[in-house]
Amino acid sequence: MKDNQWKIILAAALLMIASLAGAVEPIKVGSFLSVTGPASFLGDPELRTLQMAVDGINAKGGIKGRPLELIHYDTGGNAREALNFVKRLIQNDKVDIIVGGTTSGDSLAVIPEVEKAGIPFISLAGAVDIVEPVKKWVFKVAHTDRMAAAKIFEDLRKRGLTKVALITGDGGFDKSGREQLLKLAPTSGITFVADESYGNKDTDMTPQLTKIRSSDAQAIINFGFGQAPAIVTKNIKQLGINLPLYQSHGVASKTFIDLAGAAAEGVRLPAAALVVAEQLPDSDPQKPVLLAYRNQYEAKYGPVSTFGGHAYDGLMIAVAAMERADGADKAKVRDEIEKTRGFIGTAGVFNMSPTDHMGLNLDAFKMVEIHHGVWKIVE
Amino acid sequence: MRLAGFFALAAGVIALPVLFPNNYFVIVVGIAAGLHVILAVGLNLLMGYAGQISLGHAAFFGIGAYASAILTTRYAWPALLALAAGLVVAGVIAWLLARPILRLRGHYLAMATLGFGVIAHVIMVQATHWTGGPDGLTGIPPLNFLGWSVNNDLHGYGVVAAAMLLAIWLSLNIVDSRVGRALRALRGSEFAAQMLGIDTSRAKTQVFVASALFAAFAGSLFAHQQGFVSPDSFNLTVSVELVTMVVLGGLASTYGAACGAIALTLLHQGLVVFEDYEMLIHGALLMAVMIFLPQGLFVGLSQAARWAWRTARGMTP
Amino acid sequence: MPEQLLQFLVTGITVGSLYALVGLGFAIIYNASDVVNFAQGEFVMLGAMMAIALLSAGFPLPLAALLATLLTVLVGLLLERFAIEPAAGAPVVTTIIITIGAAILLRGVALLLWGKDFHPMPAFSGDAPIHLLGGSTLLPQSLWVMGVTVLLVALVRVFFNRTLLGKALLACSFNRSAAQLVGINVRVMLRLAYGLSAGLGALAGILIAPITFSSYEAGIMLGLKGFSAAIVGGIGNPMGAVAGGLLLGVLEALGAGLISSGYKDAIAFLFVLMVLFFEPTGLFGHKAAERV
Repeated sequence: MKDNQWKIILAAALLMIASLAGAVEPIKVGSFLSVTGPASFLGDPELRTLQMAVDGINAKGGIKGRPLELIHYDTGGNAREALNFVKRLIQNDKVDIIVGGTTSGDSLAVIPEVEKAGIPFISLAGAVDIVEPVKKWVFKVAHTDRMAAAKIFEDLRKRGLTKVALITGDGGFDKSGREQLLKLAPTSGITFVADESYGNKDTDMTPQLTKIRSSDAQAIINFGFGQAPAIVTKNIKQLGINLPLYQSHGVASKTFIDLAGAAAEGVRLPAAALVVAEQLPDSDPQKPVLLAYRNQYEAKYGPVSTFGGHAYDGLMIAVAAMERADGADKAKVRDEIEKTRGFIGTAGVFNMSPTDHMGLNLDAFKMVEIHHGVWKIVE
Repeated sequence: MRLAGFFALAAGVIALPVLFPNNYFVIVVGIAAGLHVILAVGLNLLMGYAGQISLGHAAFFGIGAYASAILTTRYAWPALLALAAGLVVAGVIAWLLARPILRLRGHYLAMATLGFGVIAHVIMVQATHWTGGPDGLTGIPPLNFLGWSVNNDLHGYGVVAAAMLLAIWLSLNIVDSRVGRALRALRGSEFAAQMLGIDTSRAKTQVFVASALFAAFAGSLFAHQQGFVSPDSFNLTVSVELVTMVVLGGLASTYGAACGAIALTLLHQGLVVFEDYEMLIHGALLMAVMIFLPQGLFVGLSQAARWAWRTARGMTP
Repeated sequence: MPEQLLQFLVTGITVGSLYALVGLGFAIIYNASDVVNFAQGEFVMLGAMMAIALLSAGFPLPLAALLATLLTVLVGLLLERFAIEPAAGAPVVTTIIITIGAAILLRGVALLLWGKDFHPMPAFSGDAPIHLLGGSTLLPQSLWVMGVTVLLVALVRVFFNRTLLGKALLACSFNRSAAQLVGINVRVMLRLAYGLSAGLGALAGILIAPITFSSYEAGIMLGLKGFSAAIVGGIGNPMGAVAGGLLLGVLEALGAGLISSGYKDAIAFLFVLMVLFFEPTGLFGHKAAERV
């Protein structure tokens, strides 16, 4: 009898050690986001989404029985912090995969470190340079600024507008967008008749817009995120400028409409289908994915933005790859991410390949217009 | 015996990575702390000894970093030569600025240096053609000493640690030199110093240039170490942080400045886990230290240590 | 061109009025205590954020503005009592760091209370622009900003020149121990200065919020510009700060409109540097000899 008791205790102890030693060792997902600072507009919903999605996956039993553990740091939008925190994720926290990098500056800064360490990294930022040229370990899920530029030009051509005024901020997103617009303009038959700039913390852009008013522009493009585009939008109305205004995908959130108020009427911008999910035809394969994410997010935090959607896509692509790779082996997961095909995310349908580490095409963007305070798809 | 503290510090710096190999908090945080020490020690020469405030010191840090970045990536200069060029550029700019700027006093000086810092930052953001704009420049090669490349963090730690010790040693010597004595007189009363026959404007210029050189040196190391530069490493917030390090550690003490630099670097790493509460705690700690230890951490803590030692000795006769 | 110039001036004076109000707050505190209060911008942010919060809680605008201003005054008094008073006699840089710490702390509190989003505030009397000569326009809110600024500046001037309390406060700025000797309670005067500055800052915040929105970080930039205004005007001279603020605002607008919008901050600060190089104590500063 006594012998049996000992055996049971021993067995229980062994089981516990085994479970501690690896059977349910969590898969560590590292993240560095700009939760505060100028890009908190983007980083905050990204973090909430990651936390929400990780909880959801764990509630369903994790990946092959292993729960996910999210470790994240706030970079405040400072590239130097981003690099240090990525080193902390890799060296100290020993994460298996990194999903993060709110801004292009943050993402670009960490690429050499990620490549050196050999860890899969899915960036949530926009710049084309992140995946062009292709880097072995780096992927991205957000639309590029080049796509936004192309989409805006496509719409301008449809309306027969060719002379355009440009106004951008002094942030990385703004400058990179401006560069793509200027680069694409000649081949798209667009001429820029004004090219103005402002500081992202400025409180008034009427001097710049006054200059634009006296140019012969037929439309205005404002590329940026945060409060500045909302001020630009209000200033345009204030000055009585009646030109079509195009914003970038950087303002595709309810906050922009709230801030700009009535001045936002008629503003057009390229955006992911997430903000107009209910207007999609039922036959659209993206619709159920979009509605599911949106309902879940809005039940918990309030109005959804496309940025949180990027975090969702990034994490889900990583999860799918880990399922296929049967674990978190870095090299295998990397190969599986590269093999992502027909993945339906919030930003569009992803088809990655060894030469394309983003996998979205121009269809992923919808041209939307603000109409009575809500987004409407422009046909 | 004057250098006993210095050797103790050097021993600690060497012992840390041996005791904790491959530890993020020693190697990576250590590099950041080391660079901050160089910056703070240099700024302390100006603030602590010459009594002149600078709210634009990040500009010199940035000038060093961008000189290295631009010369190595655009003109393929060797890293060490770029570092030297950065020092020359920062030194010349500081020398040109010194006379008009150091005529100003107190808050007017603070404003002028702040303005200089803002102008430098605007140029870094706007002169995209040279500086790469807000996203900065990438692909900066590591430092290379006759074929020995500083291409991993441990090497980087070694180089930054050596540079930091050099900066502290230089600072200790400057403070003890003739110039240093002139400076201390200047801090007490500029008028009295003039009466004693000290060329105050010359002394101030020298220390301003020296302090800019420390910052540019740290900037070059920083650029080669992390491989990229972007303007947000050199903005007003950074300038303010540098002043905070010097004051937090204790003005007019080389070790005080070093102590403040290390404390603030660690504080940031420690507080990041508090997420949304980080800012609140950071502000409260800063205020508390300055209210209760107005002489700074280093002086305050060493006084406390001395007191504890004396009471302990008193109790065991 | 002339009609553009008019628009630049309108913008410059609106923005400049705000810099003037913030600069005025810097000057009043500096006068009373020799401290440059780097949390001045946070008073602006607190005023705006509290007014927005009260508005959305259903308070009418005048009441919300009044309550927000009073609450910010309270914050100013608490700051003086618990951070500045205990550090009396500390070196100037120490007090600078204390106020920087206070600014970070207040930002942290605002972040926890109101989150990271930008918050809009409705304009006091509508958004329909008023048309001026040659296509230039003016927002009704800009009139509010300019009008209230003129009123506040006049009140501050009357307060310092005509009332006993104001004169007592001024006396503290000239010589604190002498003021104490003639029976002025310096401690109360200090609190008065902080309360007054906080109130002015809060009002500035409430005035500007409908134009620029507000967030927990909104005070940083306005604080910086207000400090510049106070310095250009000669620190410690309240009317100098007002002039400095207007000058800076107009200069920024002209710089952005006529020279280069990207470099407009650099142009403004270059101007500040030039002023200081030729007038080392600001445009209207005391040219008093330094004590030896």
